[in-house]
Amino acid sequence: MKAFFIRIYDIYQFIARFFREVFIPPYEYKEVFNQFFEVGIRSLSIISLTGFITGLVFTQQSRSSLAEFGATSWLPSLMAIAIIRALAPLVTALIIAGKVGSNIGAEIGSMKVTEQIEAMEVSSTNPFKFLVVSRILATTCIAPVLAAYMGFIGMMGAFVNVLRNEQTSLTAFFEQAFIKISFLDVYILVLKSAVYGFTIGVAGCYNGYNADHGTVGVGRAANTSVVVSMFLIFIEEMIIVTVVNKFR
Amino acid sequence: MTQVESKYKKLHAQIDRNNPVITLRDIHKAFGALQVLKGVDLDVYKGENLVVLGRSGTGKSVLIKIIAGLLKPDRGQVSVLGQEIDKLDTRELQALRAKIGFSFQSSALYDGMSVRANLEFPLVRNKRHLGRKEIDDAVAQVLDDVGLSQAIDQTPSQLSGGQKKRIGIARTLILQPEIMLYDEPTAGLDPLTSVEINDLINEVQQRYNTSSVIITHDLTCARATGDRIVMLSEGCFLRQGTFDEVFESDDPRIRNFYNTILLINHE
Ligand SMILES: Nc1ncnc2c1ncn2[C@@H]1O[C@H](COP(=O)(O)OP(=O)(O)OP(=O)(O)O)[C@@H](O)[C@H]1O
Ligand SMILES: [Mg+2]
Repeated sequence: MKAFFIRIYDIYQFIARFFREVFIPPYEYKEVFNQFFEVGIRSLSIISLTGFITGLVFTQQSRSSLAEFGATSWLPSLMAIAIIRALAPLVTALIIAGKVGSNIGAEIGSMKVTEQIEAMEVSSTNPFKFLVVSRILATTCIAPVLAAYMGFIGMMGAFVNVLRNEQTSLTAFFEQAFIKISFLDVYILVLKSAVYGFTIGVAGCYNGYNADHGTVGVGRAANTSVVVSMFLIFIEEMIIVTVVNKFR
Repeated sequence: MTQVESKYKKLHAQIDRNNPVITLRDIHKAFGALQVLKGVDLDVYKGENLVVLGRSGTGKSVLIKIIAGLLKPDRGQVSVLGQEIDKLDTRELQALRAKIGFSFQSSALYDGMSVRANLEFPLVRNKRHLGRKEIDDAVAQVLDDVGLSQAIDQTPSQLSGGQKKRIGIARTLILQPEIMLYDEPTAGLDPLTSVEINDLINEVQQRYNTSSVIITHDLTCARATGDRIVMLSEGCFLRQGTFDEVFESDDPRIRNFYNTILLINHE
């Protein structure tokens, strides 16, 4: 139990160090840019695929229930709510956690156990800034972009299903879809995704940076990064939904 | 034990006994309940190759990481090139580290970068004003020093263990260090490759006029490279002197270490 609180304090210090160092020059522009690219490219194809299928299947499944009330015309706006408010940010975050989070944990973990982090330190480079700050920035900034992208792709999936069953056009579909979606929803999608991205970055970097000696440590760091960030994402989702519904 | 003569005869006359470049005084270091170093004193003189021998887990790596300022001792003083490490700010510590070459036990090449990028890294990080031509020349020079010019566009994963060690050493030479720290330079290498690395260590010492600390449990390496040898055991130095002086000792711990290694090498 004591070890648990020591760990929490350790993570708190890790995060505090991030916020300290992110604002202090020199900035590692090049590395930050590299990481933006890495995070984006690494998950783009799977997010496209998952987003489209989710939109398509979810629409198909909802169709029969709505059909009972003769309300299939509600499908576009219902799907927009489901996808933009819930599915896109959550599914995107889970994919990034699995794909990018595990990679960050393994990469930094192996750099730790093979002394590459110390090698950086003796080469006049702050490894925390070079490795950790750049990665956390990347996951935090790219997650909202990817979530918005998945939202769009998911709606396209929904559109394809609606097109196959009813008469519609792309403009008509999106006009109906966005009746129930406000600017606030988009804003929350971005904010939520940034929180998830930050969580994934911190979990990956923290576990990698604290990997203990040996290759076992690297595998464990990768694994723990994914498990912990997924767990935290669900908790954060619950908290955010509760809070947002109070204000809506 | 097989005797391997080094190509490079040691030039003991070059050692300046009045000019210590590294001074450790009463160094203590513990990790939790584990007391690793319990009062270590050490002087390394200009131009000297000092070998630290010791069994696995006796804190040899901890010792040189303390010298490079990568670990803080719990107690005691470290001064390198006349500067006390714990009194330096980040800037000064960086300037000092540029004069210290650290060859890591695991080579520590950056996996994500080519050999060229690995070698450039310390250079561009320390001297941001350098032009393309100067950087390329420096890279070519150190690759030539370690005899691996052909590896420039390879990635670390394509290199053998001995080649990785060489590139790791080249990466530290690029800043023309005054002090070289080698953490187990021959660990995990076959005997012939080990002899090549020993030669490289001596060659580097003569070409760059460095002072070195060489950490090892390889007696061939100790004999080939060391002007002076110290033996680390249970957190303290047991004995120091030339190779023969150290192993003439009757101390059972030294005899034990020596005999065990002889036994292993005979098998
Ligand atoms: N950062 C650390 N945190 C906790 N314990 C450590 C740390 N670094 C080293 N130790 C412990 O200190 C002891 C000495 O470690 P060190 O790496 O210096 O051994 P060594 O003499 O270099 O051995 P080897 O020949 O295996 O490299 C070991 O028991 C190790 O577990
Ligand atoms: Mg060691």
